[in-house]
Amino acid sequence: MTTNKNCNPKNFYEENKGKKIFVIFCLLVSLLVTAAVSVSLGAASPGFIEAVQVVLSKIFPFLGFDPGSKITQLIILEIRLPRVLLAIIAGAGLAASGATMQGVLRNPLVSSYILGISAAAGFGAALAIVLGIGFIAGVGWYLVIVNAYVFSWLAMVMVYGIARLRGITPETVILAGVAIGYLFSAALSLIQYVAPEYEAVRAVVFWLMGGLNRATWESIIILFPIVILTIFLMVLQAWNINVVSMGEDVATSLGVTPKRVLTITMVLETLATASIISFTGVIGFVCLISPHIARMLIGSDHRFLIPCSSLVGACLLLCSDTVGRLVLQPTEIPVGIVTSLLGVPFFLYILVSRRRRIWG
Amino acid sequence: MKLTINHLSFSYSSSPILKGIDLALDLGEVLSIVGPNGSGKSTLLKCINRILKTKGNTVFVDGKDINKLNLKELSKIMGYVPQSSVSVFPFTVFDIVMMGRTPYIHWSPSEQDYEIVAETLDFLGLSDLAMRHFNELSGGEQQKVIIARALAQQPKILLLDEPTSNLDIKHQLEILCILKDLAQSKHCSIIVAMHDLNMASRFSDKMLMLKKGCIFAVGAPEKVLTEENIEAVYGIKAKVTKSIMGKPQVVPLEPISSKEVSEAPSKFALLT
Repeated sequence: MTTNKNCNPKNFYEENKGKKIFVIFCLLVSLLVTAAVSVSLGAASPGFIEAVQVVLSKIFPFLGFDPGSKITQLIILEIRLPRVLLAIIAGAGLAASGATMQGVLRNPLVSSYILGISAAAGFGAALAIVLGIGFIAGVGWYLVIVNAYVFSWLAMVMVYGIARLRGITPETVILAGVAIGYLFSAALSLIQYVAPEYEAVRAVVFWLMGGLNRATWESIIILFPIVILTIFLMVLQAWNINVVSMGEDVATSLGVTPKRVLTITMVLETLATASIISFTGVIGFVCLISPHIARMLIGSDHRFLIPCSSLVGACLLLCSDTVGRLVLQPTEIPVGIVTSLLGVPFFLYILVSRRRRIWG
Repeated sequence: MKLTINHLSFSYSSSPILKGIDLALDLGEVLSIVGPNGSGKSTLLKCINRILKTKGNTVFVDGKDINKLNLKELSKIMGYVPQSSVSVFPFTVFDIVMMGRTPYIHWSPSEQDYEIVAETLDFLGLSDLAMRHFNELSGGEQQKVIIARALAQQPKILLLDEPTSNLDIKHQLEILCILKDLAQSKHCSIIVAMHDLNMASRFSDKMLMLKKGCIFAVGAPEKVLTEENIEAVYGIKAKVTKSIMGKPQVVPLEPISSKEVSEAPSKFALLT
């Protein structure tokens, strides 16, 4: 019925789609393998098989896997596993946000922090720490988390409000985001400068570096549904994001309202990013680089790109954290540092080894 | 479909761009909009397609006010080909043409959408390029892909903003022949903003000449492309002859300096 020439574009397209799904499947498998390896590695390591058995015995108690000793259970289930899960959730959420925002704002340099969220979260956390509440064990850290979260949303609302004055466009959002980011950075520096106690400044710097060492089951239970829901909603917007990435006039002529798509994705992005970095501190690089790696693997169709990017982000953050945990034992390197140290060479390798032009 | 425009005006903040445009276009007609840079050609196209919102009820399709349609309904009626298209991220030709099906799909294309995209690609001779990346194509090929995207919308009215401006003469001819064919075989009404007066003369049923946001002349090419009109609107001396196709042919001679123009009767005053 259609073209019966030497090639039928539809068949090519279907084949292409199959490849994309295969890539996503491979990423999923490698993520699971990495997670299993990561759970078993570290100080007082019980060994790969044993570690996996402990986890499986907890998930499928009826299958008769060896649950291991009490101490092994404690290490695996209460320390390693939450941390591995947090790495996966945080990486996936940040990377999906990055892919979404790069698409909607039509800019490959955008990370999900473009709305000034990281600076605002940092300021919020610093405020809580320096004002002293951070030192009261227990309740203190919750206040830091809540404060970082509240200030992230404040930044988003400010950016949205400013951009609205000139009509919400990618340019106004990016410029307003950069400006608000600088504002909160300055406020953050001011707090660190005037903070009376050295310990408080140290705690702030440590928070800003970002880390997964504060992972608890509570943080997983809070973050997991939020991140899954936002990724799902982002994927639902995927076709609209494709269209908006072609330009506003084109999107309008195709029946899509660019402002609405931008507003929805900004809210989703803030929801995911603010929640994650409130728990982990600032982990910036994952959300910038994962979408690029994913785009090199499967192209720009956001229906596939967003899931693919989140899997890449999860793998990247998990690998980085595992390496950061292991190389300088018993000290740890903050995951933010390792992500860049590992991710940049990897990214450059893909960038240079690819023939096809990736951007514009 | 019949397109009627009643007294359309538009301004960016305080400066008026379009003033009192009236127009009627029949099924299967090709209308070209000509005029100097900044005369409002692109703005008029964007107003018709509601990319820019005008005050009041001015644009009617088969007597129906387009402001009463939602964006999705409108996008099934009108297709738009912008002046320049860039894709920041790599998309294949097939992906881009599939975006033209957006008004008809929610999240994923149906079997029918695939058929229509494949047919459209075939119609424009783009099937072999389907899996190529858009950014790797030549300007002429890119323009055809963008036209294919607009056609995949299955519009009754097609708006094109200088579709041939950056193309070589073969691609120009090909694209204008495709448009003419669309108008005749699919009864698509076509409005195209153009700079090339001779191409416009040859391919359009009707021409609209804009000067500073006002209609200066409208009607058949013979009526619009006169030496007086061209002098008044473009500020050049030109000779208008008849081409071998029987259409007016414009041979530009020389620009008139702005001093001479200011001495001309006030009706023809232009170029501040």
